[in-house]
Amino acid sequence: MSRGTGTTYRTGARPDRLTGWTSGWHLRLMALVLFWTPPARAEALVADLTNHLIAITTGFTGASVVLFGAIDRPGDVAVVVRGPEREITVRRKSRIVGIWVNSQEMTFANVPSFYFVAANRPLEEIVSPETAAFYRLGVTNLEIKPDATPPPQIVEEFVTALVRTQQHASLFPNSVGKVNFIGERLFRTTIEFPSNVPTGTYLVQVFLVREKDVVSGQTTPLVVSKVGIDADVFGFAGRQPGLYGAIAVLIAMVAGWLASLPFRSA
Amino acid sequence: MDIYLPIAEVSVDVFVLLALGGAVGFLTGVFGVGGGFLITPLLIFIGVPPTVAVASSANQLVGASVSGVLVHWRRGNVDFKMGYVLLIGGLAGSVFGVWIFTLLKRLGQIELTISLSYVVLLGTLGALMMVESINTRLRLNRPGVRRRKLHQHNWMHGLPLKARFRRSKLYISALLPIGLGFVVGVFSAILGIGGGFIMVPAMIYMLGMPTVVVPGTSLLQIIFVAASVTLLQAYTNRTVDAVLALVLLVGGVIGSRIGSRFGTRLRGDQLRLLLALLVLAVAAKLAFDLTVHPADPYSISWEKT
Repeated sequence: MSRGTGTTYRTGARPDRLTGWTSGWHLRLMALVLFWTPPARAEALVADLTNHLIAITTGFTGASVVLFGAIDRPGDVAVVVRGPEREITVRRKSRIVGIWVNSQEMTFANVPSFYFVAANRPLEEIVSPETAAFYRLGVTNLEIKPDATPPPQIVEEFVTALVRTQQHASLFPNSVGKVNFIGERLFRTTIEFPSNVPTGTYLVQVFLVREKDVVSGQTTPLVVSKVGIDADVFGFAGRQPGLYGAIAVLIAMVAGWLASLPFRSA
Repeated sequence: MDIYLPIAEVSVDVFVLLALGGAVGFLTGVFGVGGGFLITPLLIFIGVPPTVAVASSANQLVGASVSGVLVHWRRGNVDFKMGYVLLIGGLAGSVFGVWIFTLLKRLGQIELTISLSYVVLLGTLGALMMVESINTRLRLNRPGVRRRKLHQHNWMHGLPLKARFRRSKLYISALLPIGLGFVVGVFSAILGIGGGFIMVPAMIYMLGMPTVVVPGTSLLQIIFVAASVTLLQAYTNRTVDAVLALVLLVGGVIGSRIGSRFGTRLRGDQLRLLLALLVLAVAAKLAFDLTVHPADPYSISWEKT
């Protein structure tokens, strides 16, 4: 994959005028298109990843990718990485006749399966809460909303549980990561992916922030994919489940037969 | 050294898996049971999703029971006719079981069902085996006890469809082994076990089969039931991890060789007492986990959108 696959866009509007009345994702896409202008002669922000493909192989134990870039003059930088969206069901256990049973459940559509955020200074120091919400900077700004509309305080409990579980699985960050500046113009940050990283296309967004507002941004895709024999096994199991099952049985039978052989001499 | 399991989608230390397979193989060698009832909870414990753990143990079991049957077959200790009759019920049961499994998975109650079934089954069987082996020990120490009849006649002998099972020296209704096979098939699908620990006592005490043909015959039908469960799980739930099953099998081969050597040094009633204690310990642990306040009452499951 060549570098420079990212798109550059500029925002002119104050984002806080747009928030508060929509779930935002589609609007944000629209904003991306509307406010997109051809790259200026001197880019305000350029960034790239050391690696655009995370290959999950048999020995995969996680990976780290370095994001690096430069800005034209001093400013703040925030980085967000979002994994492919998934539908997540959160279930809550409660005690029924002495046994803990899943009794309540809530389904959330479009939850990022992985989330990472980093900035060179604490987020609240570099952006306004509205801007943070608009660009989904920080775990609390992910806009995780249930499909149904139960009472808000219950929703909050379930969302908190969802975030906590994802944090436990290292798929959501416990804190905002660090973007390090080398001098005033060059920056870098390291994104860590755990061994249970979900597969799919990730979006890496880099924002240049000045005076509490995003003045420039760049989006780069990052692909997490199973490769080699694992990808083949997984793909095959999905495409040809019957045949996969038959082969699994056959392999086990042959293995069993081989296992019985040493007993004969004993 | 970590190995990435393609279906479970987690990395697990390969030596942990080998040790797990080895430990279960050891039990197979010593006691002649499949050990599926230990593999599933242990896999869940090391981080494999429960649904994958259940389906992959069934796959592992195919291999383990093939090797077991071959060993018993060479000694002439397999009643093939009985095996096939059990199988008729077993296959029907496994289809029904996988259907229940899929339904419960959708309702979010599969994990509870797995745990509860284990507690009830293992608790009951462990207690029964314990009582039985203690009684045997007491009888051995008390000479001159009058011998029991070979078997008692009861309602089961009034059932129709009588068939002769030469190797087992039995003339009983075919409905009995079919029914037994069905029950074991259902549990096999839901719990990822071969059901040896249900099948073996039932064959001895319910059907009245001679002990020597029981393990081989039980394993024979387990091959087919486990194969059918593996196929159905792969097809409907896509939860069979063949890589996981294969690693467990490799460990199992080593374990069962050590186990069978160890097993010959112990007396039958001692074996049963040890097995009873082990089964009860697993049941107690699972029961404890169900009643104790969970560290986090919330859990999540996701689907690709």
